[in-house]
Amino acid sequence: MTAYLITSVSVVGAAPTDLLIRDGVVAEVGPGLSAPDATVIDGTGLVALPGLVDLHTHLREPGREDAETVESGSRAAALGGYTAVCAMANTSPVADTAGVVEQVWRLGREAGLADVQPIGAVTVGLAGERLAELGAMADSAARVRIFSDDGHCVADPKLMRRALEYVKAFDGIIAQHAEEPRLTEGAQMHEGEVSTRLGLIGWPAVAEEAIIARDVLLAEHVGSRLHVCHVSTAGSVEVLRHAKARGVRVTAEVTPHHLLLTDEVVSGRSELASPALANNWSPAGAYDPVFKVNPPLRTAADVAALRAALADGVLDVIATDHAPHAVEDKECEWAYARPGMLGLETALSIALDVLGPQWDLIAERMSRAPARIAGLAGHGVDPAPGVPANLTLIDPAARRTIEPAELASRSRNTPYARMTLPGRIVATFLRGEPTVLDGKAVK
Amino acid sequence: MIRHLLSGADLDADTATEILDTAAEMATVAGREIKKLPALRGRTVVNLFYEDSTRTRISFEAAAKRLSADVINFSAKGSSVTKGESLKDTALTLQAMGADAVVVRHPASGAPHRLANWVDGSVVNAGDGTHEHPTQALLDAYTMRARLGRLAGLSVAVVGDVLHSRVARSNVLLLSTLGAKVTLVGPPTLIPVDIAAALAPGTDVSYDLDSVLPNVDVVMMLRVQRERMNDSYFPSAREYARRYGLDGPRMRRLPEHAIVMHPGPMNRGMEITPEVADSPRSTIVEQVTNGVSVRMAVLYLLLGGNNR
Repeated sequence: MTAYLITSVSVVGAAPTDLLIRDGVVAEVGPGLSAPDATVIDGTGLVALPGLVDLHTHLREPGREDAETVESGSRAAALGGYTAVCAMANTSPVADTAGVVEQVWRLGREAGLADVQPIGAVTVGLAGERLAELGAMADSAARVRIFSDDGHCVADPKLMRRALEYVKAFDGIIAQHAEEPRLTEGAQMHEGEVSTRLGLIGWPAVAEEAIIARDVLLAEHVGSRLHVCHVSTAGSVEVLRHAKARGVRVTAEVTPHHLLLTDEVVSGRSELASPALANNWSPAGAYDPVFKVNPPLRTAADVAALRAALADGVLDVIATDHAPHAVEDKECEWAYARPGMLGLETALSIALDVLGPQWDLIAERMSRAPARIAGLAGHGVDPAPGVPANLTLIDPAARRTIEPAELASRSRNTPYARMTLPGRIVATFLRGEPTVLDGKAVK
Repeated sequence: MIRHLLSGADLDADTATEILDTAAEMATVAGREIKKLPALRGRTVVNLFYEDSTRTRISFEAAAKRLSADVINFSAKGSSVTKGESLKDTALTLQAMGADAVVVRHPASGAPHRLANWVDGSVVNAGDGTHEHPTQALLDAYTMRARLGRLAGLSVAVVGDVLHSRVARSNVLLLSTLGAKVTLVGPPTLIPVDIAAALAPGTDVSYDLDSVLPNVDVVMMLRVQRERMNDSYFPSAREYARRYGLDGPRMRRLPEHAIVMHPGPMNRGMEITPEVADSPRSTIVEQVTNGVSVRMAVLYLLLGGNNR
C-alpha cells in the first residue's frame, strides 16, 4: 500500500500543514512531516475536506445501464470529491429486496471508486401499497438503513406512519420524496408566473409543503427519524424550522440545482440566482428538458430561502439527486422528457459558488451530516491521526467550464453546460487509496 | 422580419401591424376569379400535425397554395414516446427534404420551440399544447380591426377555460401589444396563476361575466370541454353554461356595436348558444375566412417577403 504525503494543505480551511496517509488511515497531521517512502503531493493552495457523502444518487443499475452504471456513477462521484454515495432504490428491478440491494452493494465494492450504500425501497415496487421487506434489507450484507420510494411519494398516511414506526427496530430512517400526487397530476414545472406563460401544468409548492407538514407530525407522533429529500420551497423551510424547534427528529437535504437555478431558465432566460454566473451563461433556448427535474426548479425567492436555511442549519445536507438520463429521454418535447439532472461532478463547485469558501460549513453539509444521517462509519470525519483516509483535495482558485462530453457519467444531462464554475477536485482518497489524482480518475 | 412565429410575444406592434396590413392585401386575392399569387413558387411548406385539426391544417394549406408554395401534409399523430420517430428525427427528415417552412401543431407545449432548434427553415406555431396559437390571435385581431376599425383602445373580454387555452395566451400577448385592453373571465379554477404578470401587465381578471359585458367591444368565447368537470374545474356543464355561457339575454347586455367571437370548434349549448353563434354580432365565419388571409401574410413575410 502506497503512502502519500500531502504538503502545505489547508485541512478544512485551517492554516497549511502536512498530511501523511499510510495503511488506509491518516497517519500524521502537522507541519514539516517527512516520509521518504511516500508519494508527495504538493498541496499548496489546496483544501482537504473529509470525503464528500451523497445521500441521494441514482446509479441506474440494474436496469438502465445505458444511462449510468454503478461503476460509471462511482467514477463520477470520485471525480466530484465523494467517497460515499447512497444509491436510490428506483432501479429496474426496484431495490426492494435483499437480493437487489446486495447486488448494488457488491457492484460498488467491485468498482472500488466510492463506497456505494444502497437505499431500500419503502414499498414493494415503489407502488405505495405495502411495505417491502425492510428488515431483510437491513440484515443483508448491504446493511440498509435509509429507505425511500424516491421518485414517488409515500402518499398513504397510514403506510407512512407504519414505515416510520417499523424501521425503529434497526435504527432506520425514511427518506421521503414529498409530493402530494393528487396535486401534481401531469405537472411539468413549478406552478407560477413562468408555468402560466409557457402553458405548462404547474407543480404547486403546497404539494411539497403539505406532505412535509404531515410527515413531521407523523414522525413526532411515533418518535421516529424522518429525512426529507430535495427540499425546494420557502414554505417547506418554514415547516421544517417549526418542526425542528419542536424537537422532531427530522433532517432535510437540498440539491445544488435548487440552490442555483430558478424556473425562469425554462423560458430560456438566464436569470440565475447567482449573479456572478449570470453574466457568462444563458440557457440554449426555451423548453430545454435538461432543466426538467422533480421537484421542479422554483423561484428566486425560494432559492434565497433555501440558501438561508442551508446556512442556518434548517437544511442539514446538500445532496445531489444525481439523475442520469439517456440522450433520447431528454432530446425531445418537454412534456415527454424524464425529470432529473446530473450532479455528482459539479456539486462541490455549486456549493463553493453558493456558500463561498466556508470550508467548515461545506464539510458539515456535504460530508459530516450526510455520513451521520446515513450511519456511514469512517466517512464524514475530518482528517486527523488515526481516522480512515477518506478525503478529497480541492483547488478553490481553479475555474472550469463544464463540457457535458467531458463528464465521467454515462449521461450528458448536466444543466450547467458551458457554465464556468469555481473549484476543481484535484484528488480523492478512499481508505488511503487514491480514486482521483491530478483531477483524473485512477481507474 | 422575424424568422419563426412561435409566440405572440415574438411580434412587436410594427411587425404585427405589417402582418395585418399584408393580410388585408391578401384578402383581395380571395375575391378574384383566380385565387393565386406566385409569391412562394418553388418554396416548400410542410404542415406537421401531431393533433387532429382539420380546420387549422386546411387553412394553412389553402394559404400556402394560394401563394403557389408546394405543400406537404405530414400527419404524425401519436406522441414520440408512444410510437414512431422522435420529434428531432422528424425535424432532421424535414430538413433533409428542404422544407422552407414547417407549420407545426403539437399536443406538447413548447414543441415548436424545440423544433426550431433542429431545422433551418421557419417554424410557425399552429398551436402547441396549452401554450400558444399565434396565427389564431392574428386572425382574431384582423377580424376585430375589420369590424370595429381599430385595435388600440378596444376592450376585449376573453371568456372561459383560459387555463388550458392557447388561443387566450396568444390573444392576451398580441392584443396588449396592439393597445387593446383584455379582461379574462371564467371560474377561478380555470384562470391560471399570475396571468397578468406572466403575459401582460394591465390584463384584468373577472369571475363575473355579467358585470363585464356592458363595457366591452369584443367578447371572445373559448371552447370549454365538458370533461373538465370530471377534474373538478366546475361542478357540471349546466352550471358552467349558466354562469359563463353566452346566451341571448347576456348578449343583449353588450353595447350595440360589440361583436362576439369564437375560435371554434364551438360547443353549442355549453359556452355559446345557437342564438348567439348565428346572430349578426357573431364573427365566427369571418374568422375562418380571415384565417386564410392572415396565414398567407405570415408565410409570405416569413418566407418570401422582406428578408429575401
